[in-house]
Amino acid sequence: MALDKMQMNLLKTIADLEKVPDGAFNLRLDGGLAMRNNTENITIETKQDKPGIDIYIKAGTKNERVDIPVIVSKTGLKDLVYNDFYIGEGADVLIVAGCGIHNDGSEKSEHDGIHAFHLAKNARVKYVEKHYGEGEGTGERILNPTTEVDIAEGGYLEMETAQIKGVDSTKRVTRAVLGDKATLIIHEKIMTHGKQSAETDFAVDMNGFDCGAHVVSRSVAKDNSHQHFTSLINGNNQCNGHTECDAIIMDNAGVTADPKLTANHVDASLIHEAAIGKIAGEQLIKLMSLGLSEKEAEEQIINGFLK
Amino acid sequence: MLELQNVSFQVDSENGQKEIIDSVNLRIDERFVAITGPNGGGKSTLAKLIMGIYKPTAGKIIFNGVDITDKSITERAQMGITFAFQQPVRFKGITVSDLITLASAKELNTSQVCNYLSEVGLCARDYVDREVNESLSGGELKRIEIAMAMARGTELTVFDEPEAGIDLWSFKNLISVFRKMYDKTNGSIIIISHQERILNIADRIIVIADGKITNDGKGEAVLPELLGTQSATDACTVLKNKVDME
Repeated sequence: MALDKMQMNLLKTIADLEKVPDGAFNLRLDGGLAMRNNTENITIETKQDKPGIDIYIKAGTKNERVDIPVIVSKTGLKDLVYNDFYIGEGADVLIVAGCGIHNDGSEKSEHDGIHAFHLAKNARVKYVEKHYGEGEGTGERILNPTTEVDIAEGGYLEMETAQIKGVDSTKRVTRAVLGDKATLIIHEKIMTHGKQSAETDFAVDMNGFDCGAHVVSRSVAKDNSHQHFTSLINGNNQCNGHTECDAIIMDNAGVTADPKLTANHVDASLIHEAAIGKIAGEQLIKLMSLGLSEKEAEEQIINGFLK
Repeated sequence: MLELQNVSFQVDSENGQKEIIDSVNLRIDERFVAITGPNGGGKSTLAKLIMGIYKPTAGKIIFNGVDITDKSITERAQMGITFAFQQPVRFKGITVSDLITLASAKELNTSQVCNYLSEVGLCARDYVDREVNESLSGGELKRIEIAMAMARGTELTVFDEPEAGIDLWSFKNLISVFRKMYDKTNGSIIIISHQERILNIADRIIVIADGKITNDGKGEAVLPELLGTQSATDACTVLKNKVDME
């Protein structure tokens, strides 16, 4: 099947894809399977008991990429999907997921993706997720992703999530359990504007010996939007945990940071940093002294911050 | 080129109004002017008044015949004024290359960005993609600030204590940067400095203390007076006595 121009544009925005890729690929369009491609090492299967897919990556698979974009282009569609990733021992892969909603209608469009990652011993994954909404309609665009991560000994998951613009409401939940010497790195970027609301909720159980977690959220809240950041790190063994919430607030927006750290082991080392504030006046002055208008300076600062 | 007419800048203080800059009249047409004087004398405030970061509470500022007193920072920058901060600003996510490109106001390729960085003694390859954040030292930021001023290459550049924090970098290089800017821009450079080697090469030295100009003239005339001031003599006497006692 061929994608129309609007759908191709969404695909480009969320997955940086100009065409259907050669590697493992699964495109979900308006609540159903649109295209799929398996490779020798990566198999994607449709779930039998509920909507969604199982992705199996063979042990030892190296330098392969899996793309699983989702496009919602119908107004009034509520799409719920369960995607399970099974990453074999010693594999090292890039997984790109993203959801673009185009809503020209008056009813709300919603995509709720529940992603579960099961990393076997020494598996490494880089997971990139982009969320984007567009359309002229008054219908809301809602994205509620849930990510569950289970990393076995020596495993490594790096997650980059970005909600670029146009999503009216989002509730992002991430749960992770780390085994011995497992590492979890999360970089979240969110920008909200208008009356949008964004809620993120991270909880990491650091159960393994010498495991590490580094969770960083950078966000910009503009206009009348509101953001709520919650993080909970439980240090249940000798481990290093770090969370950081750094937010720029503008106009009449509001941001709440609600970090929690719990150490249940004497060698658990846990740190949280949170900063919320407007753009520093001296940053604006510096860029204006290079000839930028105040608005251009603001854009540069925000683009850099969310880069 | 630049003229300050009766410029004052007052702030509120515990004891009522305080004059940080007090009725300063100044006309600068020279190519290389140094402003010096004691700490807290008003030098940095004067530079900020020129860039438009502060607005004078009285008086006028004229640049190339145009009254810029009410012009914004952006407008002044676009008219050809550059200000290199004493304490450069840090950003999150914005790279050295981003800032140099913004400063030059045109697309630059990596080798052009590298040229500017090399001029200020930074090994360009290590810095181009670095974020201008807490990971850079004060001295590194200072050099990047100077590279930005070079990339702008405007008619008037004001440096606020460019030598501070770059002690390990020889002044020879710093001075050669100024000379290059001098040749390239065909414009004027005003440097706020305490460094004798910078004052040495200035066409003109202006001394500011307590918000007023207390001395102003050709470098060779003002510098000997500065080096022989009462405070300098006193310090030497104290030191001499201490050495004698030991």
